[in-house]
Amino acid sequence: MGKTLFDKIWDSHVVDTIEDGPSVLYIDRHLIHEVTSPQAFAGLDKRGIPVFRPEKTVATADHNVPTEDQHLSIKEELSRLQVEKLAANTVKHGITYYGLGSEDQGIVHVIGPEKGITQPGRTMVCGDSHTSTHGAFGALAFGIGTSEVEMVLASQCILQTKPKRMRITVDGQVRKGVTAKDIILYIISQIGTSGGTGHFIEYAGPAITALDMEGRMTVCNMSIESGARGGMIAPDETTYNYLHGTRYAPEGDAFFQKVEQWKKLHTGKDAVFDKEYQFDARDIEPMVTYGTNPGMGVKITGQVPQPEEIPGASRGSYNKALQYMELKPGAPMIGQKVDYVFLGSCTNGRIEDLKAFAHFVKGYKKSGHITAWIVPGSKKVEQQARQEGLEEILREAGFEMRQPGCSACLAMNEDKIPRGKYAISTTNRNFEGRQGPGSRTFLASPLTAAATAITGRITDPGTFHP
Amino acid sequence: MSIPQFTTLNSTAIPLPVENIDTDQIIPARFLKATSREGFGENLFRDWRYNDEGSPNKDFVLNNPAYGGQILLAGKNFGSGSSREHAAWAIIDHGFRVVVSSFFADIFKNNALNNGLLPVQVREAFLQKLMQAVQSDAQTSITVSLEDQTIRFAGGQESFEINAYKKHCLLNGLDDIDYLLKQKDRIEAFEQKQLKT
Ligand code: SF4
Repeated sequence: MGKTLFDKIWDSHVVDTIEDGPSVLYIDRHLIHEVTSPQAFAGLDKRGIPVFRPEKTVATADHNVPTEDQHLSIKEELSRLQVEKLAANTVKHGITYYGLGSEDQGIVHVIGPEKGITQPGRTMVCGDSHTSTHGAFGALAFGIGTSEVEMVLASQCILQTKPKRMRITVDGQVRKGVTAKDIILYIISQIGTSGGTGHFIEYAGPAITALDMEGRMTVCNMSIESGARGGMIAPDETTYNYLHGTRYAPEGDAFFQKVEQWKKLHTGKDAVFDKEYQFDARDIEPMVTYGTNPGMGVKITGQVPQPEEIPGASRGSYNKALQYMELKPGAPMIGQKVDYVFLGSCTNGRIEDLKAFAHFVKGYKKSGHITAWIVPGSKKVEQQARQEGLEEILREAGFEMRQPGCSACLAMNEDKIPRGKYAISTTNRNFEGRQGPGSRTFLASPLTAAATAITGRITDPGTFHP
Repeated sequence: MSIPQFTTLNSTAIPLPVENIDTDQIIPARFLKATSREGFGENLFRDWRYNDEGSPNKDFVLNNPAYGGQILLAGKNFGSGSSREHAAWAIIDHGFRVVVSSFFADIFKNNALNNGLLPVQVREAFLQKLMQAVQSDAQTSITVSLEDQTIRFAGGQESFEINAYKKHCLLNGLDDIDYLLKQKDRIEAFEQKQLKT
């Protein structure tokens, strides 16, 4: 019987399996950031052991960093100390570090792919749940906790129980105005925030393979929002073209030899999945969330659901969410007033996202009452946006580009949505307080964010006539 | 190094009948700036536990003096969202040894086990029964035995699953890193093999 893509990579990285227990899985690349690594390094120190394979770990500072005046020292003391700790730990252990001021700095899940650290067939981990992003390249990538970060630093391996396999196929093609973000928000609204738990997802089908790498990353990024350990997409020409010429990809002939190996990384015809879902791309419209978890999404042309539409057991969370969001059952999503627009994060802070947003707002003006934060995912995205004239277009429309980092995605720096305010956000989580204490989040695509930024109210980018 | 051992726990419980409690609720991101594992308990469930101006929210169960104990009872899909291990540290730092729910998010479960916090997954019906018992009598005593893999109270008993290896680690207070460090030879042999392909 044929193997799934997931099985091929997993099985070829098993060093050993404990009877009735987890496997020892070898990790090809380990990414770290300032928030989830200090206790792991402290653990190594306590044991008096070094990092086993420092050349296989790459570090960046992203969660805590300010998005203005990055050339100055970080104002907030605890944030500064945490970033300094990371810098010191990487020096001590000989780990490559892309810190503030480096031309390579950026959100960990944006820089891994753009530098070619992320490659098909690799196992990758990071102390961060959105490590699933890297699966877009046909890598086996998943988020881990700090104790596990310590395991990988100590041994380049992790003890892990093999998840089950799930395939989600999206047939047909999406219509204009529907983006990768809408596809994944739609999927999560259908399978729920625990629908993927215990599983590793492979996304397949024409609507998925038609996506560019940025779109594929957006889809894989939010796998964790369905509870899945990770998501992946088989590599193809789109993948190879993206990687060709990136810093860490093989050069010259070696690249094409690699491609021949990568071509074997796909699910066999008769391979079996533990669970399968099939969706039709034509059912997908621009999506927006109304509640406080990413599964609470509806078509933008829809309404806040009525209590009767919610299964009994979930009614409690639903009531709590509406109370927090101050929304009424049956209220239409289109036309809801918005105060903040946030374009950024490892979900939608890549160059194609900035491009889509900028082209949409070109020739219009930002609504007067909207505060907009446009935060590129990395220094490279920032530079490219400048070179390609996107910054100029944005400026003319009344938007300002900030400096790279996680920013208002989790509000660990100064970029916090104020209490009670509504934000339309291209990020991945609408949890209570996620974007700042008391903040209220509508998750949506860059196009929906752009249309909304112009009108000041939730607006369908497909039928936008200002 | 080691994790705290777990064998049997006899305790009252604190009921939190909310589904989908994500790790941003357990410990909000703005409190993740420490570089040690201690002290996170103070900010456990911060935004539910305190009012906007910082006074304790009397309606939140952790502020209700009637309830106490080392067991947290929570609704379905506990620990979803961010992989932050700080969530497990905060729960432990507050004094819990067990979380009971009808469903746990994967990364949270691993993080809990790696720190000696036992996630006990039970059927929804059992959880509801237990939740009601504790809500009507805060003194309800609950026994969790890791050896037998059972949880019981006056109103019922249920067994729970745990991976045999993790059970062994928890019963003996062993951690995964010690295990991995002993595998160095095999890991190096694997690297050699990988270089050739
Ligand atoms: S952008 Fe948001 S989701 Fe992505 S790594 Fe940063 S905080 Fe996490």
